[in-house]
Amino acid sequence: MSRGARVFAVACATAAAAVLVAFYAVGFLASTPPTVQAAQAPAGQAQLTLQAVASYGHSPHPDWVSYLVRDASGKWRHTTIFKVPAHSLVHVTVYQYDTATGLRNPFWSQVRGTVAGTMTVDGKTTNSLPPDDASHTFAIPDLGISVPLKGVADDAKDQCSVAPCTLAQAHSTITFTFRTGKPGTFRWQCFVPCAASFIFGNGGPMQTPGWMDGYLKVV
Amino acid sequence: MNGTGRPLWRRLIGQNVLSALALGIGGYALGHWVGTRITVGMDSQLGTDQNDLAIFMGFVFALLGWLIGLGFLNYPLSRLAGRPPSLREKEEAGPGRYFRLCTDHKVVGLQYFVTVLLFFLIAGLNAMFIRAELLTPNEKLWNANQYLSLVSLHGTMMLMMMSAAILGPFANYFVPIMIGARRMAFPRLESLSFWLVPPAGLILLSAIFLGGFPTGWTGYAPLANEARAGMDAYLFSFALIGLSMTIVGTNMIATVLTMRAPGMTWTRLPIFVWGVICTSILMVLAAPVLFSTLAMVALDRTADTSFFLASAGGSPFLYDNLFWFFGHPEVYILALPGFGIVLEILPVFARKPLWGYRLAVAGMVGVTLLSFMVWQHHLFVSGINSDLRPFYMLTTELISIPTGFIFLNGLGTLWRGHIRFTVPMLFSLAFFSNFLLGGLSGVFLSDVPSDVSTHGSYFVMAHFHYTIMGGLVFAFFAGIYYWLPKMTGLRFNELLAKIHFWGMFVFFNCTFAPLFAAGMLGMPRRVSIYAPRLHGINIFVSISAFLLGLSILVFLVNLVYSMVIARIPAEANPWQSRGLEFQLPTPVPVTNFERTPVIQADPYGYGEPDALPVAALSPSPATVAGAG
Amino acid sequence: MASEAIPGGPAAEPQHGRRLVIAWAVLSAAAVPLVVLVIGPHIPPGSLSAESHDQHEINILLAALATPVLLGIWTSLIYVVTAFRLRGDAIVDGPPLRGQPGLQILWVVATAVVVLSLAVLGTAELLGSSKGAGGGQGPDPLAVPKGAKSALQVQVIGQQWAWTFRYPGYGGVETPQLSLPAGRLVELHVTSLDVSHSFWAIQLGVKADAIPGSDNVAFVTAHHTGSFEIRCAELCGLWHGHMHNTGAVMTPAAFTTWIRGQQLENAPATKTLPPYSKHYFPEPYRRAG
Repeated sequence: MSRGARVFAVACATAAAAVLVAFYAVGFLASTPPTVQAAQAPAGQAQLTLQAVASYGHSPHPDWVSYLVRDASGKWRHTTIFKVPAHSLVHVTVYQYDTATGLRNPFWSQVRGTVAGTMTVDGKTTNSLPPDDASHTFAIPDLGISVPLKGVADDAKDQCSVAPCTLAQAHSTITFTFRTGKPGTFRWQCFVPCAASFIFGNGGPMQTPGWMDGYLKVV
Repeated sequence: MNGTGRPLWRRLIGQNVLSALALGIGGYALGHWVGTRITVGMDSQLGTDQNDLAIFMGFVFALLGWLIGLGFLNYPLSRLAGRPPSLREKEEAGPGRYFRLCTDHKVVGLQYFVTVLLFFLIAGLNAMFIRAELLTPNEKLWNANQYLSLVSLHGTMMLMMMSAAILGPFANYFVPIMIGARRMAFPRLESLSFWLVPPAGLILLSAIFLGGFPTGWTGYAPLANEARAGMDAYLFSFALIGLSMTIVGTNMIATVLTMRAPGMTWTRLPIFVWGVICTSILMVLAAPVLFSTLAMVALDRTADTSFFLASAGGSPFLYDNLFWFFGHPEVYILALPGFGIVLEILPVFARKPLWGYRLAVAGMVGVTLLSFMVWQHHLFVSGINSDLRPFYMLTTELISIPTGFIFLNGLGTLWRGHIRFTVPMLFSLAFFSNFLLGGLSGVFLSDVPSDVSTHGSYFVMAHFHYTIMGGLVFAFFAGIYYWLPKMTGLRFNELLAKIHFWGMFVFFNCTFAPLFAAGMLGMPRRVSIYAPRLHGINIFVSISAFLLGLSILVFLVNLVYSMVIARIPAEANPWQSRGLEFQLPTPVPVTNFERTPVIQADPYGYGEPDALPVAALSPSPATVAGAG
Repeated sequence: MASEAIPGGPAAEPQHGRRLVIAWAVLSAAAVPLVVLVIGPHIPPGSLSAESHDQHEINILLAALATPVLLGIWTSLIYVVTAFRLRGDAIVDGPPLRGQPGLQILWVVATAVVVLSLAVLGTAELLGSSKGAGGGQGPDPLAVPKGAKSALQVQVIGQQWAWTFRYPGYGGVETPQLSLPAGRLVELHVTSLDVSHSFWAIQLGVKADAIPGSDNVAFVTAHHTGSFEIRCAELCGLWHGHMHNTGAVMTPAAFTTWIRGQQLENAPATKTLPPYSKHYFPEPYRRAG
């Protein structure tokens, strides 16, 4: 090969390598679920509406449990990164469609960090849940918030198996309120070992942002 | 190159890397399908949306397809069919040899070189991405899950490839030449040990498409049991490297034991070959333990066994101990070849014999023996039986004695020499400074009370980067600049080489020295967030790391420019070395030596007025009779 | 290294060996006090507890020992690359020195002595003066401090991905924050519910791996009030880096007030907790899909 041809070949190889590296960085490393803003309620408050499903029902992981969030237009979005205002009251409503798995550590069966330390489950206000009834939790350890979420009965009729689920299907409704302080980004996770078929229930969706883990961006 | 007469597309057909790739991909599809048939009804595999058993079956069939495509089954099958053996006669000449099963050890050496370098660069790129995330104390750049995969891929790829960094390219190429032989003891196995490396690298990279893996290169169970499918890629690829290591170690030992030329006594053996022998012993004894351990994790993930699950009668300690029983000799597998190269290069550029040859050999052998007796120092605070800790503290302290001999050898060789500061010499000198810091920090870690503050922190990170990167990688580059002109017949650009060295030396130290402090101040390993008080240190380290990466890019530019574009021929002995490999013409003939040489002296006779040349390359009958 | 006298020729070769040793001795004499007195007090982990103080002291000692070694090799390297460069273009061979048995034996003996002393010293520290030095010693610790029978028992539970702490002496209450009384020996029992973690209380000088099914005991006595950072030092999955808390050392009175408050606050959960045990194997092992 002539010298000119060799230079050309090297240039092509370098360009191909650069494209591959760019794909790796953008397509794999930086791929994050989108952020959804909580709906605005009267000033100083926000409304966050979530649902937890037993199986997502779509690719790439139809069998994985997941959270979804309702955006400002009322659509259910498959993400776990929420934006709420700082120094505000955040009202959270969770529609819980999954059956109970039970807590590995019953410590998380008590409601912590919410206003008055309570949650309302299907209309009844309480400060804890029997550990075996928990299906998921919504916990932000850095803010001291932890709320166990009741599961639907194993033999309930009309159980949902494909997200997004509707209110006509079997579910529990849990509401609670917490106060945000300074701005910051805080991770949140579920503490119930709910990842089906994984050892300890902590694999797969429990370790993947966008399913059972996410961030609360306080702005 | 076009002189064979056949068109290019005809020459691409045959048993080569392309057919291996095609059969490998087809094999994966077939194996995956077989796996899904087996796991019908297995909830542990189907409920997770990742069929680990199918993935493993896919990898196994892919490996078979790869090996069939390259022609590794030809010999066993043809012998089974009653055909006579054939070695080199059927192999084609020309540049196509580098893409096939070739039993010429020199071809294998160059194949290894390109592969190891390529994966080194990929792993280094991952390191740059890691340092980019660590510029800020919060998670800003990468998805938290992918960050863990970054860390894991960087570590695993470096360990996998750097285990063979010196044995692969340089030992395969030069050990037969240095001992006066025409080939390795098992040429086909040698080629196999190489051809297991590209699929290992590719399968590890395929973890990207399987969800990554979160365990770091140490793959600790039980986290490994609950990880996503990328873990299967790690297990399979690392096991392949373990297999490759076992094969190359066996081959090296057999070659040096049985194929030395007449007159090559053990005291005339180049110190590099001693380093290779000691490394090979470690590989042969330790790599099979790695293979078995990874197999046990694979069984836990696919067959519902519970080797490492305490709640079902197993124990995570089993994994820790099995892994580190391999893992500690592994780090000496990384360190010893570096010793060998550096002590080989120092005499050439100081123009003095190697000072304390027997001491150097004793040091290497001592390290080899003791390295199997120290592994629990990785587990000092893990809750091991506390009676064991003083014993392992003692053995770990003891291993620093033979490791220290190399400094006396090096300084003694340099003392009152006439030193030429060529680029290989610069890298060898930097080796001493770097390995010193690495070794001294190891003394901190071997002391249990001190280890309590530093275990699992960036102090450990800085320690092993100083010994592995500051030691092995610097020796790797010394070997490249020293030997590549012989292997390829082409010269490097001197200016770019010097820029590469100084950039690498300065920015390597700027990157890793502050990390000793960061670790002591409370930064654990493998995290993407850290305390705000460590922000300044991390910014300094990240910028130094980017500049370090840039200096390695300078090397890459030099390599491509010198080897592909400029192609200036090099002399047969550019360093005026006494080594036997430099007494041969460039390019080295296919059979190395026309006649079996008779070794007359070791290669370190600088300054000795009546020193014989290292070997008689065309020995008279009298010389042959005398050598016996 | 004796100098070579060249009869009738230029001046004798300078005494390289002597020069080097003098340079090294002077530098070490200057550097070691610097390391011990100026840098030493800043070497982590500080003195919040007896254990961290012991680690701090041994770090200073190791640094003081490492300094002359570091200076020795660096001085030698700098000396050889400056004094023994090739002058001119012609390649000249050096003297054919292959070794000096006396020097080699001296080196082996000297390094052996230093290293073995360090091993003895480390063992003495570990088992004797610092009693485990804050490290996890497993279920059957060898180095048990005085008064361990009346130590405050605290269990550290690692789980993916948070630390919780159980006080068996206070009704088995489990709290999300760690508080300890100053001046009292604390016996930490570190365990995990799922994968391997590592409990690192940085300023307290405690590090003990949390392994499922294992009870890893570490002792600590905090000297005075203050706060300390807790981080996880063993890669445990997605939020490994986020497993961090701030712990507090309080006066004994403040601690009693705190723990009573925690008992009240966590009463609903405490009713549902399993009985206190050295390790737990909680269900579910694997949830059906």
